[in-house]
Amino acid sequence: MAEKSYTFKLPVGPVHAGLKEPVWVNIEVDGERVVGAKVRTGHVHRGIEFMSRERNLVQIIYLAERICGICSFTHVAAFLQAVESAVGMEVPKRAKYIRTIVLELERIHSHILWASVAAYTTGFDTLFQLGMELREKVQDVLEAMTGNRVNYGIGQIGGVRRDITPQVDAAIRDMLDYYRHEFDIFKEVFVEDPTVAARFRNVGVLPYEDAVKLCAVGPTARGSGIRADHRWGAPYEAYIDIEVKPIVPQDYYGKAVGDVFDRTFVRIMEVYQSLDIIEKALDGLPEGPILAEPKMVKLLTTLKKAEGEGCGIVEGPRGEDAHYIKLQSGKEEPVAWKVRAPTYANAMSWPVMFIDQEIADVPLIISSIDPCISCMDRLLVKDKSTGKTSYVDVKSLRALCVEKTRRMVSKRW
Amino acid sequence: MVIAKIVSSIALGLLVTVIVLLYDGIDSIVHARMQRRYGPPVIQTILDVGKLLIKENIVPRQAIPWLFNGAPVVALASTLIVFLYIPMGTLPPVLCMSGDLILIIYLFTLPAVALVIGAFASGSPWASVGAQREMVLMMSYEFPLAVVASTLAWLIYKSGFPGAPFSLETFVASNVWSLGGWMTKAGLLLLLLTMAAVIPAEVGKIPMDIPEAKTEIVEGLIVEYSGRNLALIKMTFALRTLAISCVITAMFFPFSLGKFLGFSGVFMGIIDFIWFWIKVLVIQLLGTTVIRTSFARLKIQQASWVYWVPVSITAVAGMLLIGLDKFLM
Repeated sequence: MAEKSYTFKLPVGPVHAGLKEPVWVNIEVDGERVVGAKVRTGHVHRGIEFMSRERNLVQIIYLAERICGICSFTHVAAFLQAVESAVGMEVPKRAKYIRTIVLELERIHSHILWASVAAYTTGFDTLFQLGMELREKVQDVLEAMTGNRVNYGIGQIGGVRRDITPQVDAAIRDMLDYYRHEFDIFKEVFVEDPTVAARFRNVGVLPYEDAVKLCAVGPTARGSGIRADHRWGAPYEAYIDIEVKPIVPQDYYGKAVGDVFDRTFVRIMEVYQSLDIIEKALDGLPEGPILAEPKMVKLLTTLKKAEGEGCGIVEGPRGEDAHYIKLQSGKEEPVAWKVRAPTYANAMSWPVMFIDQEIADVPLIISSIDPCISCMDRLLVKDKSTGKTSYVDVKSLRALCVEKTRRMVSKRW
Repeated sequence: MVIAKIVSSIALGLLVTVIVLLYDGIDSIVHARMQRRYGPPVIQTILDVGKLLIKENIVPRQAIPWLFNGAPVVALASTLIVFLYIPMGTLPPVLCMSGDLILIIYLFTLPAVALVIGAFASGSPWASVGAQREMVLMMSYEFPLAVVASTLAWLIYKSGFPGAPFSLETFVASNVWSLGGWMTKAGLLLLLLTMAAVIPAEVGKIPMDIPEAKTEIVEGLIVEYSGRNLALIKMTFALRTLAISCVITAMFFPFSLGKFLGFSGVFMGIIDFIWFWIKVLVIQLLGTTVIRTSFARLKIQQASWVYWVPVSITAVAGMLLIGLDKFLM
């Protein structure tokens, strides 16, 4: 035995009960202690940016919405901002306010979902069920407002598709009241329960310096004490009128540890912040049109003529989400569309968080940055199944797909 | 005499199998209601086990088949044997006078050991992590458990009751709460608390389901099991929960309803038998269902600390209180 330590490798993922999406973390363990970790992604790459090459800009909204199921409107809002800045289109103020309200509703449901899943990862099923029950309310409001519970289909270039009617206004205000009363129980359990503290405190620590160095964004960065919030740093939409202060743990506890507990705390307090923002946005909702260009044909012609590039950055529930788009005059489809999802920035912090933790903490740490793997995966990976290292490029993959479809079709008929 | 014992053992085995499946169903309904859900029907566990029994049994390539397949059988058999030593109400146990509390404690340990062997034999890294955790957990809770058992036996021996001090029958015949002053009662309360803390680890439920932790090590110990083997393991887990509830009922709550209502003979036997199972249900719901609904899972180091420090201190304090009371008298 002597001083030599024996380690073995444990594959967490790609499919694992504690993970909601496929990501592969190969951890090296010494007993229960993690001594090394390698993260590999790319299991849910769908080639969405490639698909956009065959669609016009309005059709791409549909694709952008499906980059992620939870933060779907974040991607839509960022894409719309990119297109609008490229085209130079002025969005009506009412539409900006409605976008803000949907963004904040989405943040509420995303944060409650995340907190519930974190509780489930630590075996606290009761808290998970409570969170899911609480989340129903905001889902109902989103359904009443947009007609959908998940991909809202409310975004349009130059505005939004659906207005806030007096009934929807009442439903949202009802929801605000509901959360101000009911969410306290959920918060108290997270902040005060001893077993939650035992599992969340001093786990997966990401110190301030590392968070800066690794470019963490969103609640992951704020949990480490960085005052960074796009709604505060570079306001867009209605955040220009509504002041948002980034929530950091040092304001409440005096010191930011940067552990899972701090990241949880930031998210829970952001739910309250979102409630305030929604109320202010509803109170200050200006009158006016909701679309800059209601006629679809005219809009498409304008977009076809447009030339230039644009960038849209939105503070999503997971952090800042950036879309870049390049348009060419005479072409309906964009020349380039690049999505930088927040998880891509946050995933860099994983290896730092894993070191010297226990195996039991690994799934919790993975989920603590609220990963959205399908948002992040957007590059083709090597095919190692044959033992040889060879790149599968788009053309051959497409040829294989066509071949497979032909094979299946010929079998059926 | 031997044939009568065999027949009653089989009958008891069947009865316990039905009761354990029903109690598991009640447990999941109560668990669901506490979470504001409706929960599955009562017979869900029966359906689950029935379905698993007809499913294919997959043995991993790296496994040692005879060890891997043998472990669930040993685990289930040893848990079933426990019931032959438990007096139910005023009825004596089937195998009376041939085993005692120490044997029962060993029989409780045996399924865990069998599952650890099965897990190591499966050749899966997740299973070996689970097996290591199970061993650490066993080492942690054995000491408080042993303190409780030996203190109770010593108390009964000092009180001058007839019969072997470690036999469960003696426990049932003597109400432990009436064997001393307030110090003994306080000591017994501490011992009961210790037992309550040991239950979750003994039965592998939250907050001590660390060896199986679904979201951490994907069911750890039993990750490679499927089909018939998994059905046997599910039965073992449910039976362990029932068995420990039965033992606690026999040790701490031997109150007879038949005696209280003034019955005697066969009537008293029947009423106390039913009364016993009601008590067991209450103990099971309080000891496992409520606990597993209200806590998160601990980490193995935290669990080990909990058993070696606060729980052990509680157990030893209970033992000292009872001892002090007896010496002063």
